[in-house]
Amino acid sequence: MADIALSGGSTEQLVTSDGRPLKASLQRSLRQSKLKAAGLVAIPLLFLVVFFVIPVVDLLVNSVDDRKVNEYFPRVFAEFQLWDKKELPPESMYEAMFLDIKNAEGLAIGKGSTRMNYAQSGWKSLMKKSRRKFKKIESGPYKEAMIQSDKRWGQMKYWQSLGQMSDRYTAAYYWNAVDRKYDANKSVIMQPENRQVYVTFWKRTLLVSLLVTVFCVLLGYPAAYLLATLPLRYSNLLMICVLMPFWTSLLVRIVAWMIMLQQQGVVNESLVGLGIIADENRLAMMYNFTGTIIVMTQVLLPFMILPIYSVMKGISPVYMRAAQNLGATPTWAFIKVYMPQSLPGIGAGVILVFIVAIGYYITPELVGGKDGQLIGNQIAYHLKSSLNWGLASAMGVILLVAILFLYWVYDKIVGIDNMQMG
Amino acid sequence: MALPEYTSTGQRVWHYTYLSFCAFVMFFLVAPLIVVIPLSFTSGAFLSFTPEMLALDPEGFSIRWYKILLGDCSDAVVTTVCTDKWVTGFRNSFLVAIASTLLSVTLGTLAALGLSREHMPFRKVIMAGLISPMIVPLIITAAGMFLFYAKLNLVATFTGLIFAHTALGLPFVVITVTSTLVGFDHSLTRAAESLGSTPANNFFKIQLPLIAPGVISGSLFAFITSFDEIVVVLFLGGADQLTLPRQMWSGIRQEISPTILAAATILVILSVVLLTTVELLRRRSERLRGISPA
Repeated sequence: MADIALSGGSTEQLVTSDGRPLKASLQRSLRQSKLKAAGLVAIPLLFLVVFFVIPVVDLLVNSVDDRKVNEYFPRVFAEFQLWDKKELPPESMYEAMFLDIKNAEGLAIGKGSTRMNYAQSGWKSLMKKSRRKFKKIESGPYKEAMIQSDKRWGQMKYWQSLGQMSDRYTAAYYWNAVDRKYDANKSVIMQPENRQVYVTFWKRTLLVSLLVTVFCVLLGYPAAYLLATLPLRYSNLLMICVLMPFWTSLLVRIVAWMIMLQQQGVVNESLVGLGIIADENRLAMMYNFTGTIIVMTQVLLPFMILPIYSVMKGISPVYMRAAQNLGATPTWAFIKVYMPQSLPGIGAGVILVFIVAIGYYITPELVGGKDGQLIGNQIAYHLKSSLNWGLASAMGVILLVAILFLYWVYDKIVGIDNMQMG
Repeated sequence: MALPEYTSTGQRVWHYTYLSFCAFVMFFLVAPLIVVIPLSFTSGAFLSFTPEMLALDPEGFSIRWYKILLGDCSDAVVTTVCTDKWVTGFRNSFLVAIASTLLSVTLGTLAALGLSREHMPFRKVIMAGLISPMIVPLIITAAGMFLFYAKLNLVATFTGLIFAHTALGLPFVVITVTSTLVGFDHSLTRAAESLGSTPANNFFKIQLPLIAPGVISGSLFAFITSFDEIVVVLFLGGADQLTLPRQMWSGIRQEISPTILAAATILVILSVVLLTTVELLRRRSERLRGISPA
């Protein structure tokens, strides 16, 4: 900024040469500097908000949005508020349903009945059939005529299921994602036994992530210790072994594991060749739970080794020597002195591996077979195949919240800024 | 690690058990990759080592799968499909990766310049926002983009795919460039300014040459991220957006032939080259900035 003219007395204000108070002048310069910085960040940030943040936040909207079905059947949901829900609805509600179906466009009926089918299976076919049959019904009373056209119109469960959709926003998809649903009075009950599927996937996702994390610690900790204690010449070479898979395409590694683990694969051939297992007892290590665990462990192992290694690099060997000097056995010194100091590295590695593991999709899809599928695969299935986007979004949001919580923990332990990229 | 003279037998046994365990871990990490490369030169049609290969018989080896990969069908065997899809995949992957790298490098460098200014408001929040694509699992990113890009008519277009990959590559550029800027001496730009340099001139003549290693390694990260990316492509890509990973994906799911291994070998070589470049650049940058290499 401009050069500063200092005036004598302490009571007088400091001014710059152009006569402005120094304080204001500095503030202006600070503001300009802030604006410049913000200006530089603005475009990248805007890009990211439009093409990444909004799409992800939009999932949240999708997962609670029930406005569409309310728009498609306006009369029905208006009448629904007045119904006592104890016995079959009055004639006025039948009339509302009749008019809504008759006046709606085919597409709206299709979409609306798909949503209604999530609440009570059977709605879709009922709607389809009724749309055809209602053409014959000229005038009221509608109740009799509708029940005659299809006896499902006389069943309470269909009418009651509307209660799940009567609000513009719903938590039904979230309950569905954990195998629960609303009953007619909007209290939460379990899904029927044969439709309880998702809790299994959540549990399996947690189990797989935990197992993979444990295996990564067991394999990674000793390896990291070796890397940290070897002379630089050798450890650099071994570091390549750790970084190589880190930088190779995930698909390449999956193909590689297929060659290794399949029935006629390298591992089985070697075991048979060495006479360890009989030819007819070849191990099934691919397209099942085991396959998912083995491949995910290898894929995520560098995420465990690198943080542990970087912490171990900072532990001075002096402590170990001192402990042994004071009479500890090497093992005891390691457990009491070295291990506690390496804990932050383990903590970082564990959280990192766990976070990456629970969001996995590609590996289980390709090598998981039937019993190795995780929640990520369910999200993909409902997005691409069953087209239940609300449910897929709800699962995604639950997963995301869990991951953000874990990152918050990670940030508390290590700090996001210290994230290593290998 | 030579053991001292005074170690007991028990300690020796323990020490060698430990070393062999570590050897196993290292083997576990690289073995799958080592297997891929020789097997891509098989003359057989299956993903297993033939007796000829194990006997090192030249008959057992061939480059036919590389020919098929390049769309040359003269050596193709009946059991496998020979298409030009691999070539298309390579081309599309390169196009998408280059376009998204250019975009993410431009945007990421701008952001990094802003973030490393002295008076950046909300620095921590903005930084967290910019690296969030790295944190959110790909399946969630892909799901969100799939549903939202449909509203913008960007599903099944190259534009949509490039924007998606740009977002995914951005964090890498931001992180590498900000870390190069940490050691940047701002008095250099102030000196230039006092000598009458314009901000643009300042950037291209003074800052960019100094942070170039960071920018280049950031762009390599962004490139490989896009080039290898499969999840978002599966959701956003239409029939035309056939990239190499997508072709590999359908190869793995439908007909497993050694062509996939040939493609995989090329990818391994590509990532080794990129990794080496990044490492060399990092060392050069540290040397330039006077930070001694670790």
